[in-house]
Amino acid sequence: MPREPLFWQRFDICGRNFVDAGKASISIKGILREIGINPSLIRRAAIASYEAEMNVVLYATKGTMELRVTPKDIRVMVEDQGPGIPDIELAMREGYSTASDEIREMGFGAGMGLSNIKKNADAFSIHSAVGKGTTLEITFRL
Amino acid sequence: MGEYFHSVRVVPERCIGRMACLKVCPTEAIRVRHGKAEILEDRCIDCGECARACRHSAIIPQTSSFTEFSEFKYTVALVSPVLYGQFRKDVLPSMILAGVRKIGFDDACDVACASEAVSAAIDEHLASYRGPLPLLSPFCPTIVRLIQARYPSLIDLLIPIDSPMEIAAREVRNKKMKEMGLRRDEIGVIYLTPCPAKMVSIKYPLRKRVSHIDGAIAISDIYHSLLSALGEVNSSVHEAEEPVKGMGLGWPVLGGQVSALQAESSLAVGGLGDVQRILDEIERGKLGDIQFVECHACAQGCCGGSLTVGDPYVSRGTILSLVARLGKAPCADRGKIRELYQKRYFSLPGKIPSRPFAPLDKDIGKAIEKRKRIQETHEGLPQINCGACGAPTCLSFAEDVVLERARLENCPVLTARQARRAADASPDLDGASQVLTL
Repeated sequence: MPREPLFWQRFDICGRNFVDAGKASISIKGILREIGINPSLIRRAAIASYEAEMNVVLYATKGTMELRVTPKDIRVMVEDQGPGIPDIELAMREGYSTASDEIREMGFGAGMGLSNIKKNADAFSIHSAVGKGTTLEITFRL
Repeated sequence: MGEYFHSVRVVPERCIGRMACLKVCPTEAIRVRHGKAEILEDRCIDCGECARACRHSAIIPQTSSFTEFSEFKYTVALVSPVLYGQFRKDVLPSMILAGVRKIGFDDACDVACASEAVSAAIDEHLASYRGPLPLLSPFCPTIVRLIQARYPSLIDLLIPIDSPMEIAAREVRNKKMKEMGLRRDEIGVIYLTPCPAKMVSIKYPLRKRVSHIDGAIAISDIYHSLLSALGEVNSSVHEAEEPVKGMGLGWPVLGGQVSALQAESSLAVGGLGDVQRILDEIERGKLGDIQFVECHACAQGCCGGSLTVGDPYVSRGTILSLVARLGKAPCADRGKIRELYQKRYFSLPGKIPSRPFAPLDKDIGKAIEKRKRIQETHEGLPQINCGACGAPTCLSFAEDVVLERARLENCPVLTARQARRAADASPDLDGASQVLTL
């Protein structure tokens, strides 16, 4: 059986680095554009990966984001070394946030991140271990 | 001419391959092959940065020349307020209009007043608009092209209101037809343009089939003769009697559109890098609390256009001084504008199409394979983005290799490394004799 075409690329995300924050999701947007993905899907993928990237920047010390594209789907996998999420169900609720005042003052931490990712994705899974980190898998079907 | 009309063109005979254009192109649309610059047509967004960077006049704007308009019985120059910023601040707009009438045009028509009217029409539009925000100013042709190519989901945010130059052209043509008893096609309306991109919007208007303007002459092309003509212009006009006035005078500077509006939450952004950052934000659904975003490809707004003569900062100062002195007196009647707005006088019907850059392949599976090969090729390159291969970055070179627009051996760094490795691997004479004695 012929191998299915697959493109993948991994991006490092640095926690607390606001200068580079958002660059990985912009690169993802550019790659999807080159591949010729439908613009409205690119937009959804860009929004979801940006929110995921910002969660790493805001809460974790470091993390990675991996983009995998096949003719069937686009997957964005995010893994961080951070505080983890004690109650995922609660964290998924719109408006729920553990952001500090400092983060809120910068216009982030409105508690829309995870729900925004889920809203834009076709499939979404999240695993978290308190004190260790969180992994997300966000899928968009082509 | 192919599928695209572009604002600039390479003159191969003049190009000596110094590659100044290569790195300034914001969309990586330039390649230098066999010592000559080429523009990848579908990637060019008409910003004119390449023409500005070239010191050998090898990339020239596609603007019009005087002689093209000799067929018209009557010619009117449309004067953008950018032109008012090209002289000392005591040279009033009406003096500049008088100067323009002396250099070969039958009449000169100010565009600042139309800009003020368009600002008022935007206010009307913002007041009644209920869709997603922010709305974007559609007056920089390069920004519109950028949005068509890279931000198609934002196309509907471009305000469907015609540009001041088109409004002014329509009005002056109708007026002259009545006054002079001339037919529509006997009058030539020519825009004095600060940038080549306006030429694209005249030749290929986005939403309607025909522009009201017949051509555009570069401000830099008429500057010299205008300067000498100004010496013969009566300079005794008193500021209080200056007929050209209003907030439209500020349109050429970054923030000028915003300050002519009544809208409370708006922002102005100039320069393609910064504009793209803001558009990325908007595409993520941010900035929804802002009503209007003024965007310019040129960092200083239109007074920094590549076909202007004055230093953009000095021009900015001149324009701001004119606004301070003449801006407060309105030249447009808000009540009348509201009426005209409701009659759709300013509206542009139709939809702007998206025009994405060509993908790597029409087949998505092949495009994925190609993107992967680009990545692998890029990993083997020096990644110093020297440009010596003729592509602006190693990544764009990797793309050229995979798309068979270039060959790997065009990378001089890679070729030099391979040559050195080959030399190291082959034993020299001493080494050879040692091998033999062993």
